[in-house]
Amino acid sequence: MSGFDYQLLVIGAGPAGMAAAQTAARHGVEVTVIDEQANPGGQIYRNVDASPLADIGLLGKDYVFGRQLVQGFRHAPIDYHANSALWYLDSSGELGIVEEGVHHSARAQSIVIACGAQERPMPFPGWDKAGVMTAGAGQILMKSAAMVPAQAPVLAGSGPLLLLLAWQYLRAGLKIRALVDTSPRGVHWSALRHMPSALAAGDYLFKGLQLVTAIKRARVPWYRGADNLCAEGDERLAAISFDCSGKKHRIETPLLMVHQGVIPSTQVTAAAGCETEWNEAQQCWHPSVDDWGESSQPGIFVAGDAAGIAGARAAWLSGQLAGLQVARQLRRLEPVQRDRLALRIRNARARHLSIRPFLDRYYRLPDAALIPRDETLACRCEEVTVAEIRALAAAGCSGPNQAKAFTRCGMGPCQGRFCGSTVEQIFARETATSPQQVGCYNVRPPLKPVTLGQIAKKENQNE
Amino acid sequence: MTRQVIQAYDTVIVGGGLVGAAVACGIAATGAKTIVLDGGDHDFRASRGNFGLVWVQGKGADFPAYARLSGGAARQWPNFADELLETTGIDVGLQQTGGYDFCLSPEDWEEREREMSQVAAHTNGEFEYQMLDTNALRERIPQVSAEVLGASYSPQDGHVNPLYLLRALHQRMQQLGATYQSGQVVQSSSRQSDRFVIKTATRSFHCERVVFCAGLSNQRLCRDLGMHIPVQPLRGQLLITDRVPAFLPAATLQVRQTREGTLQIGDSHEDVGLDESTTLDVVTRLARRALRIFPHLAQVRLNRAWGALRVMTPDGVPIYQQADEHPGAYAISCHSGVTLAALHAREIAGWISSGAQDPLLVPFSTRRFDV
Amino acid sequence: MFKLLDSSARQVLIELDGAEVSVPADISVAAALLYLDCLPLRHSAISGAARAPFCMMGICFECLVEIDGDRDQRACQLMVRPGMRLRRQLAPAQGAGA
Repeated sequence: MSGFDYQLLVIGAGPAGMAAAQTAARHGVEVTVIDEQANPGGQIYRNVDASPLADIGLLGKDYVFGRQLVQGFRHAPIDYHANSALWYLDSSGELGIVEEGVHHSARAQSIVIACGAQERPMPFPGWDKAGVMTAGAGQILMKSAAMVPAQAPVLAGSGPLLLLLAWQYLRAGLKIRALVDTSPRGVHWSALRHMPSALAAGDYLFKGLQLVTAIKRARVPWYRGADNLCAEGDERLAAISFDCSGKKHRIETPLLMVHQGVIPSTQVTAAAGCETEWNEAQQCWHPSVDDWGESSQPGIFVAGDAAGIAGARAAWLSGQLAGLQVARQLRRLEPVQRDRLALRIRNARARHLSIRPFLDRYYRLPDAALIPRDETLACRCEEVTVAEIRALAAAGCSGPNQAKAFTRCGMGPCQGRFCGSTVEQIFARETATSPQQVGCYNVRPPLKPVTLGQIAKKENQNE
Repeated sequence: MTRQVIQAYDTVIVGGGLVGAAVACGIAATGAKTIVLDGGDHDFRASRGNFGLVWVQGKGADFPAYARLSGGAARQWPNFADELLETTGIDVGLQQTGGYDFCLSPEDWEEREREMSQVAAHTNGEFEYQMLDTNALRERIPQVSAEVLGASYSPQDGHVNPLYLLRALHQRMQQLGATYQSGQVVQSSSRQSDRFVIKTATRSFHCERVVFCAGLSNQRLCRDLGMHIPVQPLRGQLLITDRVPAFLPAATLQVRQTREGTLQIGDSHEDVGLDESTTLDVVTRLARRALRIFPHLAQVRLNRAWGALRVMTPDGVPIYQQADEHPGAYAISCHSGVTLAALHAREIAGWISSGAQDPLLVPFSTRRFDV
Repeated sequence: MFKLLDSSARQVLIELDGAEVSVPADISVAAALLYLDCLPLRHSAISGAARAPFCMMGICFECLVEIDGDRDQRACQLMVRPGMRLRRQLAPAQGAGA
């Protein structure tokens, strides 16, 4: 292992990262896992074995399932570092990690990137107001703080996670003020052509039906096919308005929880130099990987939602595949053994993946949702409007990076995580092409916050 | 693939960076029908890596004409910035309250003093400067560490926001009637009877004049018209921090505070070919040097680090070249697109429009490389 | 704006904008501020727009707050500690480069 500080470095301790780490360790690989949070589980299983809730069953069986995964991980022979953030990674493989406020640089022989997903940005006029939060934020508050809205919240957007949040709030005894569903009526019919393959993952469909039934039974005001969502208020959110069934609606509320799907987090894979492609069916970018999860960069694997949205169970399985291939590459496993072990995993994974075409079509965003109204902030950090980006695109600006240079859009601390997709769609629309041709922001370090002082004091001195 | 023939441009400008856009402003202002052909969003773009300095100190210590050229260009900046603001509404953030270059070693100090006095000599004293020791320096900028030996200072230096400058130049050139097309990478150029034919993958452009401002691509492109433009990439890595309360009263070569309050920290000089990547060792070195000069910045967060390729001529001095065999074809290469912006929009555009020789530009032709 | 599911949970004392307040123990600073319904959290350095926690997972940088004298800390990434001194960054940030 000369020249390397780590044999296998796993970035992220969600289901994919935990699975990759445990699988590789089981075959004798020396594994180090770094994760930003204080406990393993990622976002989906956040706090599952360190929960402030009296009964984690409140959040549903899928969440509870994560408990055994985390406990298995904790007992595995793995060098696990909590509160550790990867802030630097380049295509030469140089790594920079900040752990408990101290930076050190390192190199790894193999890397599994399992940094998961983020919510798809859902910009609309007023989305930046105090009191607008994501559905994911609502789940994190429940999981990590056992907190729920003090008054009946309004939920807006589309996607399974939004329905799950509604269901969890109802189980916690809350009323829901309104569910403002922005998925257009009628798209559901076109999803039916994916029904046959979806039936292979019948449990997903059943769960979906359960959520819908519970929400209907609780008589939650459900506004379907809503659009023109706006948030109003000065120092904080006061009300929202939207159109539905030809009528204008206005609801006074101090809290709005929004969601319109999840997309892979691509900063780490882009920084590593992994080729990325646009997935038109899922309307997002993901790294190109082979069927072990290896990216275009040899020795760098991507597992879980970071490679493409497929959910927690599929993530657990894809992590195992990456772990097997790492073990093979590090000569801990013969190809025949590897393939035998992989067969069962692939079959299980295929079942979980069979629901995707249906879900992707069912929850596909309409064009109108991809490009918000002119007055909307495209970039929250630097407060650049959609109008400004659109004007640049119309004047022939060469693309998202030039637009970034000209307006500061994407130069704020979020590093373009909340504006990139909007800017790409604006350029795609203006040039009548797709995000694949437009491209995306160049990813720059730091991937996570780091101070000049932290960078300057290195742990391993070889200056 | 048959190419669509496009007629009737007086001037084609190849390259829409700081140089091309400035020249386009000047040429379009004469009424010439102008088009700027720019590369793609992911091409090498030196203009996006510019530090933003309006800088004369040290320039042309060994090249008198360049010392004079830089000084003249810098003096035009306030007027140029006003013009851009009035016409485009864009404030490029010019602050021309002088510039400091820190001396971190006795060798720095000696070398700097030599350079400064030479530039002053070449410009007959028009170039003003002071060598400030650590006490004098810290009276002006109290946050400088006592470890710093001192600095050279020139009141004529300053800085702008180079990205806003590029944006303003783009807007101005289009205002003045220039056409702008991105994603049009030139593949070949030739002279046919009375005009130039400039070909991209999908188009042909015919024109009376062509000006190559294509950065590192100039070498390849200008060969077609008999011009030898020797340029090499020189990587510079830069850091930008989050916003910090205002403390820097002027630009410095190592650290400058932008109008928004962010700090730009530079920079490196690396001979690594066409590689724009950052490296952790240089990022670390830049952070360390910044803290050596300003220790109070330890808690400041890095916002981003990136690398860009400078366009370097063999002596670091600009090339202003007219093709010997093909009058009407010009090439401009330099790494000081900000400092010289006014010059490019005015005098250089004028030189190109007139088609005549300009004695002041003779030292900058590529003939100087012929041994 | 947010309440505890179990109101008998342990609490700790911290200081917010100079006043002593009681918040649940073992939660993030952002969660504590939401518990106190302390909105907005800050005013942006650009336009003074009022902002508050948005994603709770450390990637939106909206929940920036001053903790024990250090500005611009992501409140969702840090846990409350007894005696912690929080200050909301409510005035627009001090001036940029001259």
